[in-house]
Amino acid sequence: MGGYFSEILYGSKSLLVGMGITFREFFKPTVTVQYPYQTIKMSARFRGHIELIADAEGKPKCVVCGMCERACPSGCITLGSTSVEVEVDGKVKKKKILSKYELDFTKCSLCGQCVENCNFGALEFSKEYNLASTRKEDFHFNLLKRLEERNA
Amino acid sequence: MSLTLLNVIVAVVIAIAFAAVNAAYLVWAERRGAARIQRRPGPNINGPFGLLQPPLDGIKLMTKQLMIPGGADKILFMVAPVLAMAPAIMSFVTIPFSAGIAAHNMELGVLVIFAFASMGAMAILFAGWGSRNKYSVMASVRAVSQNVSYEIPMLITAITVVMTTGSMDLKAISMAQSGGFWHWNIFPSLHSPLMPISFIIFFICSLAETNRAPFDLGEAESELVAGFHTEYGSMGFGLFFMGEYANIVIGASLTTILFLGGWDCPFGMFPGVWWFLLKIYLLIATFIWIRWTFPRTTIYGLLNLSWKILIPISLFNLLLTAGLLKVF
Repeated sequence: MGGYFSEILYGSKSLLVGMGITFREFFKPTVTVQYPYQTIKMSARFRGHIELIADAEGKPKCVVCGMCERACPSGCITLGSTSVEVEVDGKVKKKKILSKYELDFTKCSLCGQCVENCNFGALEFSKEYNLASTRKEDFHFNLLKRLEERNA
Repeated sequence: MSLTLLNVIVAVVIAIAFAAVNAAYLVWAERRGAARIQRRPGPNINGPFGLLQPPLDGIKLMTKQLMIPGGADKILFMVAPVLAMAPAIMSFVTIPFSAGIAAHNMELGVLVIFAFASMGAMAILFAGWGSRNKYSVMASVRAVSQNVSYEIPMLITAITVVMTTGSMDLKAISMAQSGGFWHWNIFPSLHSPLMPISFIIFFICSLAETNRAPFDLGEAESELVAGFHTEYGSMGFGLFFMGEYANIVIGASLTTILFLGGWDCPFGMFPGVWWFLLKIYLLIATFIWIRWTFPRTTIYGLLNLSWKILIPISLFNLLLTAGLLKVF
């Protein structure tokens, strides 16, 4: 019989403690981010899709070695190059420059092998996470164009 | 004759409007309150503080198609939401909001309200049975067993109050408590020192009667999809919710009248409808507060609470009050 009443008392007390906690929480400020209106800065290690890094002149650092294309386990990177003639120390030399860098983000698993394998520091992860679309084509990125848009 | 008919129509229209507005804005208050407790802002896009959310929700519910699942019992399926809403509105008729504001004061007001309240269980049973959905049936079985077991302590505590007042008239019960908070039934008076406990029992029972958390086993989302209203969309669902919130208002009003002195001011000044509204909305705020504090109980815990704790204590209080009334 004593156990019966002590159980009721103990139960009631724990209920009041719980209600006290929610009462205090009620008056505390909110902690949520109002997403479409507010965004938070992504952390340094956040992996978005890859992005080309520009050099001082705004041209891609990429030398079209093709290591990223080969490293990609899903085969989502397609490179293209054109050769132009440039004068170096009075001699005319042929040089490859990047003409196409396509990323098929529908297949990308964000493993980061391309960034790891780049010997020229020409690739980085973007902080883009607002990627939503109803069309597949929207996830075929032309990174060269994106770089130009960023430079502009 | 025509005047009385007009009176009835006006009273019914006001009751429906009051119930509907309350249902709409209590949903808003519930969502905002829950959000504050969980440290979110809650609905805040539509209108200032999200105040346009309820009418927009209403428009959305009303424009949707009413679907009847194949194999459902059509009549019961259609009757159930109406049956959830109608008794709740009927109960408003006899509730005295102040000395002068009552649609129709009845001598057996307490009985009328309890009679209508017990029809709510019927609506849930019809909805569960009519939907032809196993989750709905399970939910309605739970809800009905819960309503049956919580009506007993609720009625016993109501009888205790009725005994001390000597009347079933809600207006008379309020009047008997007028003149300051020390006359209210909740405070241990000459009648019985257990009255505060009776108040708590009555409050718990009104929580359980309205199927609210932590007693919302009838709509346990984690186990039974959405409980008895799983198959309801559009305004069928809307009516269930209007009925639920109307029942909450009635539960709070009844608690106020039976225990908190109705429209009486705690300091004996300016008695009026505002005190009544203040008290019921404080009680409703507590309802919301409790809902977002406690997790759902199990059906065994629920029934044990009723049969092993609430009923013995309320019976003991009934006997004690009867004895003390006889002695003094």
